[in-house]
Amino acid sequence: MSGPSIHVERLVFAYPDGRQALFGVDFTIQRGERVALLGPNGAGKTTLVLHLNGILGSVAGGSGSGRIQIGGSDLHREHLPEVRRKVGLVFQDPDDQLFMPTVRDDVAFGPANLGLRGADLEARVHEALVQVGMQDHADVAPHHLSYGQRRRVAVATVLAMRPEVLVLDEPSSNLDPASRRELADILSGLDVTLLMITHDLPYALQLCERSLLMDDGRIVADGSTRDLLGDAHLMSAHRLELPYGFDPLSVPGPER
Amino acid sequence: MTGSAGDGLLVVADSRIHRLPAQVKIVALFVFVLAVVSTPAGVFWAFALYGALLVWCVVLAKLPPLVVMRRLAVETPFVVFALVLPFVATGPRVEVLGVSLSQSGVLGSWNVLAKGTLGVVAAIVLSATTGPRALLAGLERLRLPSTLVAILSFMVRYLSVVSDDLQRMRIARESRGYRGGRAGHLKAIAGGVGALFVRSFERGERVHLAMQSRGYTGRMPLLSESGAARVQWVEGLAISLAAVVIAVTARVVGL
Repeated sequence: MSGPSIHVERLVFAYPDGRQALFGVDFTIQRGERVALLGPNGAGKTTLVLHLNGILGSVAGGSGSGRIQIGGSDLHREHLPEVRRKVGLVFQDPDDQLFMPTVRDDVAFGPANLGLRGADLEARVHEALVQVGMQDHADVAPHHLSYGQRRRVAVATVLAMRPEVLVLDEPSSNLDPASRRELADILSGLDVTLLMITHDLPYALQLCERSLLMDDGRIVADGSTRDLLGDAHLMSAHRLELPYGFDPLSVPGPER
Repeated sequence: MTGSAGDGLLVVADSRIHRLPAQVKIVALFVFVLAVVSTPAGVFWAFALYGALLVWCVVLAKLPPLVVMRRLAVETPFVVFALVLPFVATGPRVEVLGVSLSQSGVLGSWNVLAKGTLGVVAAIVLSATTGPRALLAGLERLRLPSTLVAILSFMVRYLSVVSDDLQRMRIARESRGYRGGRAGHLKAIAGGVGALFVRSFERGERVHLAMQSRGYTGRMPLLSESGAARVQWVEGLAISLAAVVIAVTARVVGL
């Protein structure tokens, strides 16, 4: 497999009600990169992300134009299942992501759709749960877990499909500080390309060396997370604010 | 608050009945109830035997009698109806303690009470020995259409989420000083249910997106892997078959 993990060119999209959400988005993410997608509410971040595995956009029968390549190959209707395996999407609300009666069934849902059965399936589920440290909770019902645990299981449900790109929609929202840190530990230990929508700017700095800043359906800035967060003018122009007392130049980041 | 909803009515214990595969228990319940219902109301000894069989089941399943008693409360509306029957039914009348009762009413009342109670206790045994997930897997093994199984499984999963939503809406209402009494409350709930429906519908859409993202193409993966062994079928159905024998005997004797 060759080519960048994600390549998006002139992506335009309008919802069926006529509201246009994307006005020509271009970016490329190389293999193994960790990228944060920043931007105010309503900038089109989630809409963009739903294009990456073909849920929205022309491949899904919707309106829109532009070109999306995953792992070097174009997004086509015929290989949607393959693309959905390669691009793992973790939704914001774990209650949306976890819909089966037990954690084990839920993590098995993806790989079972890929055709895994029996012992292979069992092994895959275990592997994914170990990656997020939830192997002791396999038989628990999702709503008996804490919010942080549910978020981790939601990540496992996607990891079980062995994605090449992991896309997270606000992974740190609603987490207490300890769960937030535990999730960061898990995410930084994964060997995948990472694209993460977040409003949590210190989290973006901690995990992602690069950031895309999106506003009004366009990418308005693309660069190192530290430079972006340090640019006070750019930040205020797009309604982004650092937490009180946080100085992006004074903390360590993931840069090598 | 509603954390227990997901466990359903399962009483955690390790018994022979707990270990039986769910599909066996479902069939056993069905057969048992059919046997009970088809027994003529006048054959009292048959009902005594059914009762004994069920008590044996409860003991075998290590269910606390108090729990079974408490769950019998679902039967209350039928009990009320049964108790009214002797007074409202017509036909020949008998005097009991100076009150004139309808003869067919008394028998009908007994019929409803006995059959209802036996059926409810049998259902309690099933629900207390089988977790919701196992129950779904059992229904799936019994070839219930997979769409229905999926709907039931979503219900199991999201019941607590939806009832938490409802609870939050109630707290929000009362925190803003809402006091409407009983009727006012119903009105508020009616409005709340509309909002809840919209919320749930939107959640459904998001869940569907999440399912598609993980390669869902319209077929849910199977919950169960293995079928039940013949021994398990025989063991599970023993009591129900005994009930069938009793029912048949009762019919034959009654001829």
